[in-house]
Amino acid sequence: MIDFTLTENDKARLARTRAEALICRKYAREYEEREELAPDELPERKEFLASAAAVPEPGPDDTPRPVMMALQAMGAYWGDYSIRLKRTGGGLGNAALTAAGTKEQQAKWGHLTLSMAITEPGCGSDPSMVQCTAVLDGDEWVINGEKIFVTTGIRAEGAVIWATIDKSAGRAGIKSFLVERGTPGFEVPYKEKKLGIRSDDTAVYLFKDCRIPRENLLGLDETTPKKSSGGFRGVMKTFNMTRPMTAAMGLGLAEAALDFTREQLEGAGFAIEYGAGLGTLPAVVEKFIRLEALFEASVLNTLECVWLAGQAKPNNMESSVCKAHAGSAVRVITQGCIELLGPMGVSREHLLEKWMRDCRITDIYEGTGEIQRLIIARGLLEYTRADLK
Amino acid sequence: MISFGPTEEQEIVRDTMKEFAQQAMRPIARDSDEAASIPQDFFDSVWELGLTSTQLPEEHGGGGEPRAPVTNAILLEELGYGDATLAVAAMVPSGFANAVADYGTRDQKERLLPLFCQPTFHAASLAVVEPGAVFDAVKPRTRAEPKGDAFVVSGVKSFVPLGDRASHFLVVARNGERLDAFIVPREAEGLTISEPEKNLGLRGLTTVSLELERVEVPQADRLGGKEGCDVRNLLASSRAALSAVMVGLSRGVLADCIPYAKDRVAFGEAIAKKQSIAFRLAEMHIEIEAMRWLTWKAASFVENRLDATKSAHLARCYVAEKCMWVADNGVQIYGGHGYIRDNPLEMWFRNARTLGVLEGTIGV
Repeated sequence: MIDFTLTENDKARLARTRAEALICRKYAREYEEREELAPDELPERKEFLASAAAVPEPGPDDTPRPVMMALQAMGAYWGDYSIRLKRTGGGLGNAALTAAGTKEQQAKWGHLTLSMAITEPGCGSDPSMVQCTAVLDGDEWVINGEKIFVTTGIRAEGAVIWATIDKSAGRAGIKSFLVERGTPGFEVPYKEKKLGIRSDDTAVYLFKDCRIPRENLLGLDETTPKKSSGGFRGVMKTFNMTRPMTAAMGLGLAEAALDFTREQLEGAGFAIEYGAGLGTLPAVVEKFIRLEALFEASVLNTLECVWLAGQAKPNNMESSVCKAHAGSAVRVITQGCIELLGPMGVSREHLLEKWMRDCRITDIYEGTGEIQRLIIARGLLEYTRADLK
Repeated sequence: MISFGPTEEQEIVRDTMKEFAQQAMRPIARDSDEAASIPQDFFDSVWELGLTSTQLPEEHGGGGEPRAPVTNAILLEELGYGDATLAVAAMVPSGFANAVADYGTRDQKERLLPLFCQPTFHAASLAVVEPGAVFDAVKPRTRAEPKGDAFVVSGVKSFVPLGDRASHFLVVARNGERLDAFIVPREAEGLTISEPEKNLGLRGLTTVSLELERVEVPQADRLGGKEGCDVRNLLASSRAALSAVMVGLSRGVLADCIPYAKDRVAFGEAIAKKQSIAFRLAEMHIEIEAMRWLTWKAASFVENRLDATKSAHLARCYVAEKCMWVADNGVQIYGGHGYIRDNPLEMWFRNARTLGVLEGTIGV
C-alpha cells in the first residue's frame, strides 16, 4: 500500500542517526580546514552510547531496509560528509567484490576496507577507455598504469582496480583485480586537493610493474569473448544500489542547507507559510518553498529507487533517474540557499558554503548527470550504446 | 511504513482507467476543445464507471467504498493522460460530493449525496477561483457576513467548472478571520451565473463566473454547519487532484514525443539520436517520476487525514512548473508540427498552462 509515513520505530532510528550527526558536525570545519581524516572514533562516542536510548530491531511493519539505509545515509550526511562517531569499514571496492568476486575471494578479502579505482587521467565517464594494463606473466598479473580520484584511497587496505588484459577486445578485455596495499609497485604518491569533501581521502594510485597473483582477478574469468561485455556489466550493476546512496548522501547535505536557511529566515522574521499564493508570500519565502519542493521531489525519486531494490524489482533506470535528479537538485538547492542568505551564505563562519562545495561532487562521481541522462534516454528510446552516444 | 507499491485494487483501477482514456477520451478530446463543449455521452459513460458514487456512503445510496484519495490520484493520472479537460470534467461532481461527504453535517449529506447516486449524471461544482490579478485561494475577496442565523455572501467567482449545468455551488468565502465554504443552489436569490467563459485551455470544460450579490445562506448550508470545515484541507485535496491530472498530461507528452523523435530525421539521422533531444526526453522522464511521487504523497496525507497543506503546496508548486516545462519542450521537439492544431501538443501546451494556475475545481 502506498504510504509515506514513518513508523515509531523508524522515527526512533532516524532520530538517533541525527543525534549522532549533530555531534559529528561539531568537527566538520576543523578537519575540513586541515584536510585530514577525522579520527576513527570521536571522544563523545562512549557517552553517547551510554545515554542514547536503545532502538529496537526493525519489524515487518517498519519501513523496508534499503529505504531506511537511504534515509539513514541522508541523516548522517546531514551532519557532515566525512565525520562519523565511529567510522565503519568498507568502501566502494567492497561492493564490487561482492558483485564480481567468487565466494573464496569474498571470504579472503571481504573484511578489508577496499577502494575502487576506475578513473584515469584520460578516462572518466567512459570506463571502457581504460588504459591501465594487466599482463599475465607466469602465474602473476603485471599491472601498469595510473588511477586518480580514488575515494577512501589512503585508508583502504586494498583496491579493486580496472585494467585491460587485451586492448583489442574493447570492453570485454576490461577486468577487475584486487591489489592489496603494500604490494611492491603499488604506490600512493599523494592525496588530491579538492573543492569540497576535503577531509575525505581521495588519492592517486600508481602501478609500476606491480605483480599480483593470478587468482586476484575478480571472478577468475580470463576469457575475452568478442561480443560480450565480460565482467563489465556485472560491475556496472553494483551502481544500482550505490547511485541512489550517493543521491541520498548529497540530499543529506542539501537538507542541512535548507534547515540552516529556514532557521535564519525565521530568525529574520520571515515565516515559512504553506498554502498561500504568490501575492501573499515574500520573495525569499516563495523561493525557499520552491527549493524545498525540489528537495522533496529528489528525495522521493531516491526512496522509490531503493524501495524497488527492496522488492527485488529491477531499478536500473530508477537508479539513474534519482542520481541525475539529485545531482542537479543539490546544486540548485545549496547555491539557492546562499543566494537567499546573501553574504552570510558565503561566510566560513557557517557551514552553508561548505555544504555547497561538498555536495557539488554528487553530480560528478558514480556517473555524471550527463551519463545518467544517456542511460535514461537509451532506456526510453530502446536504443543501444551504438545508437545513442 | 514507506512504500511505493499500489494495491492490487489500485492496479485494477489504473488499468481500467487507462483503457477508458484510450477508448472514450482520446477520440473526442480535440473535438471537445474546438467545440468548447463536451458531449453528453461522455458524462453518461463517466457516470456508468461510478467515479462519483462508489466512494459515497451506502446509507445515502453510494457504493460504500472507503474514501480513497490515493486511488483517486492514480485514477486521475490516467484520465489526465487521456485528456486533461475531460479528466477535470469527469471529476467535478466528485469534488462537490466528496467535500459534502468529508465535511458535511448529517443533514447536508442526507439532502445532497443522494443526488449523486442516481442513475443519471448530476453536476454540482466548486467555486474557489476569483477573477482579477494575483488570486490567492487562502485570501478570497468574496465575503460572508453573519446575519442572525444566516450568512450574507458577496463577491465574484470565476472558472467555476460545469457552471452551465451544476445544481449547487460550493462557494469559498472569507468569514471574518476564517475561511468557509457555503452551499449555494443555482436558483439562489442574488446569484447571477455568467455565459460560458473563454479560456486559453481546458476549453471543452464549460466554466462560468458567479456574481454573488448579498446571497443569503442559512447556517444549515455552511459546509459543516455550526463547526464549519477546514477549507485548507479542501484546497490541499484539490492541489493533489490537479497535480495528478498534470502528471498524466506530462506522461502523454513524453509518450508522443518518443516515437516522433525516433521517426523524424534531420541531417541524416533520427533527432532522437542527438543528445540535445535525447537528454530532453530523459529530463522529462526524470521529472514525471518526481511529479508522480509528490502527488501520491500529498494524496496520501489527505487520505490519512494528516495536515496535507505543506505536501500539497510542494506538489502543486513543483508539478505545475514541470508540467508546463514538459509541454513546452514537447512543442519544441515537434517543431512547427507542435504549433499546428492537427497535433495534440498544441492543446496540451495550452491545457498545461491553464491547469497550473487553477485551484479548487476538483479534489482527490
